[in-house]
Amino acid sequence: MTEFIFFLNQVLISGAVLGSIYALGAIGITLIFGILRFAHFAHSELMTSGAFIAFLLALWFSSMGVSLPIPTGFVVLPIAMVLAALLALGIDKGFYSPLRKRGARPVTLLIASIGVTLMMQGLVRLFFGTGSYSFFENESKAIYRIDTSWLGSTRPLVVTQPQLLMVVVTIIAVVALHFFLTRSRLGKAMRAMADNADLAQVSGINTALVVRVTWIIAGALACMAGTMLALDVTLKPDLAFNIILPIFAAAIVGGLGQAYGAIAGGFLIGFAETISVFNWSIVLRPLKSVLPDWISIPGNLALVPTEYKLTVAFLILVVTLLVRPTGIFKGASS
Amino acid sequence: MIRRSLTLFFGLFVLILLIGSILGAPFTSSRLVEAAAYSLIALGLNIQWGYGGLFNFGVMGFLMLGGFAVTFMSYPVNPDFWGSDGPWMLGRALIAFAIGAGLVLAARQSHRIGIKGGWKVALTVLVWFVAYCTYRSQIDPAAAYIEANAGFVGGLGINPVFGWLFGGVLAAGVAYIIGKICLGLRTDYLAIATIGISEIIRALIKNMDWLTRGTLTVSPIPWPTPLPQDLQVGGMENLTALLYARSGYLLLTLLVLAIAFFLISRAYSGPWGRMMRAIRDNHIAAASMGKNVTNRQLEIFVFGSVLMGIGGGILVSFTQIFDPTSYQPINHTFIIWVMVIVGGAGNNWGAVFGAVLIWMIWIISEPLSKAVFDTLSFWSTSIGWHDIPDIEARSAQMRVFVLGLVITIALRYAPRGLIPEVVHREK
Repeated sequence: MTEFIFFLNQVLISGAVLGSIYALGAIGITLIFGILRFAHFAHSELMTSGAFIAFLLALWFSSMGVSLPIPTGFVVLPIAMVLAALLALGIDKGFYSPLRKRGARPVTLLIASIGVTLMMQGLVRLFFGTGSYSFFENESKAIYRIDTSWLGSTRPLVVTQPQLLMVVVTIIAVVALHFFLTRSRLGKAMRAMADNADLAQVSGINTALVVRVTWIIAGALACMAGTMLALDVTLKPDLAFNIILPIFAAAIVGGLGQAYGAIAGGFLIGFAETISVFNWSIVLRPLKSVLPDWISIPGNLALVPTEYKLTVAFLILVVTLLVRPTGIFKGASS
Repeated sequence: MIRRSLTLFFGLFVLILLIGSILGAPFTSSRLVEAAAYSLIALGLNIQWGYGGLFNFGVMGFLMLGGFAVTFMSYPVNPDFWGSDGPWMLGRALIAFAIGAGLVLAARQSHRIGIKGGWKVALTVLVWFVAYCTYRSQIDPAAAYIEANAGFVGGLGINPVFGWLFGGVLAAGVAYIIGKICLGLRTDYLAIATIGISEIIRALIKNMDWLTRGTLTVSPIPWPTPLPQDLQVGGMENLTALLYARSGYLLLTLLVLAIAFFLISRAYSGPWGRMMRAIRDNHIAAASMGKNVTNRQLEIFVFGSVLMGIGGGILVSFTQIFDPTSYQPINHTFIIWVMVIVGGAGNNWGAVFGAVLIWMIWIISEPLSKAVFDTLSFWSTSIGWHDIPDIEARSAQMRVFVLGLVITIALRYAPRGLIPEVVHREK
């Protein structure tokens, strides 16, 4: 049973954690694509700066002496999300909205978003340097070791508190988003505009408001994803820039413009990455006594060497684009 | 139009002279060589984006291929490798690869023997898996053996100019495969797919230690022209030797640039260029006129990538070190895009102008922001505030910010670039 628990630790838990972060990032990208029809590269910088906002707030909270049973990073998350949403609105106002008013093509907006990425990355590095920071300098990261000896395992199931909270928070966010998109008037307007912007406008939907709401949701979710990633690993200026491509892969695999597709794509890519670098020889070890002598299990049976973990996402992306270019859920086609 | 271009180029010339007088001739001379190489790369992207409207965000991958090619061709021969079992083991890996490729191709034809639908898909997946395992079973021990016994494969010891050409050929081959896979995609998808592929190329080159020495880096890579050290042996003074050697390298690079520029300008003004613009502006109309849009786009993607491969090779042999970790999307993909957009997509003079200008801005933004920070720090301390800590490290980060600022300003106020495309119309 030890092997099975090892499998759960290595694949299920880390896959779920990675998947929730990818999913939250991909929802923002896919919503922006659905409404504004361009691939928003600066989303990674929204995530990173959201994480830094949360970090500063957490520092401020702990300097005020606030101490709670859950990590401060999660306590300040709602405030940081509001600030990040405002930041996203400001970026749209300052950089994308003038170009849209001029009637620029989506490609121009894409290039502009790269300009924004560079500027924000420069600013973050200007203020925070290139080093890494941790949310857990003043507090300890609680680690739960679930004893599984009743299953006959010698190893415990290991989950850290941030990881557990992360999955819970992701589920809450996704359910809230689902109800927003299906039940509220504004959410329905958003889906209508993603379907056909001109038709939505002539049927009296306030498209400017929908655009603003899109940026608010995208900014808040990006902040959430960035903060949770920083809570799981460490906070550094290229935190999200390194994973923006798997996030795009998740959005495309799920079908650009499809919020549910982005969630499915995020978890698919997350699990695919952890499964492909998982060393299967450990799981096969119990078979040793069953197998005849002439078959020996090699020491390393990972499908892909660990160095190539990120390339798995691109392989999935390329295969998806070849086999089903609109993604799993039928995505936007224009 | 011409007057405007001349003014801009004259301004650029003055800027370079200014940089030269402030930062010194040795520094400026090496930046000029790099600027020439970047001009070639920007021309490559200009073919793809300016002529063909193709969204290639994988410039970094092609630069790495060029760098690898020149390293492989021009680095001295490694006798340890050729004397060991390495070549034999690599040969077996190659055979395994060929068998795998053959199996995959055979599976694609399996419908001829009556395997259809879901069975064919299952067979294809199975065959891919078997082919992958066959290849891994041969390449893994070969890689481990070479790394343990010989370090890495080494080079072939040929003149670097052939390395540059090989870089172009290698980039062309990879571009052909990428183009076959991705060119049917829409612009956004193409952008992300090419970024993904360039990241795959980076991961491969970084981790194939047996072939590229990976993070251990390869140096010194020889120059095609005499090195400063060679000239010093001839009795020249240090500084003069350095400048002469770099001028030699610069002249060779400019020669390559001039040939490329001449050829693509000819092609652009000919029927081929008109066809490409027609495809870019309205591919549906072009297709209905009987143009094979997919093949023409593949053609242009390959041509552009050749220039990128050559440019990447020139950059690596100039710095004499091939370090896969030094390749970053910002420094090697996005900056080229800024060059082409700011200079003027679709105009070769614009691309070259943009390349030199942006490279100079990239270079001077660090000392410039250091000066600004120093002044600010001086003022803040003189009125009793805290000074700015870590000015050196901070001003190095300003380069990225300035790059982003330049492109956002350009998109806002000069969306067609400083030297925009000229469209000739018959009266």
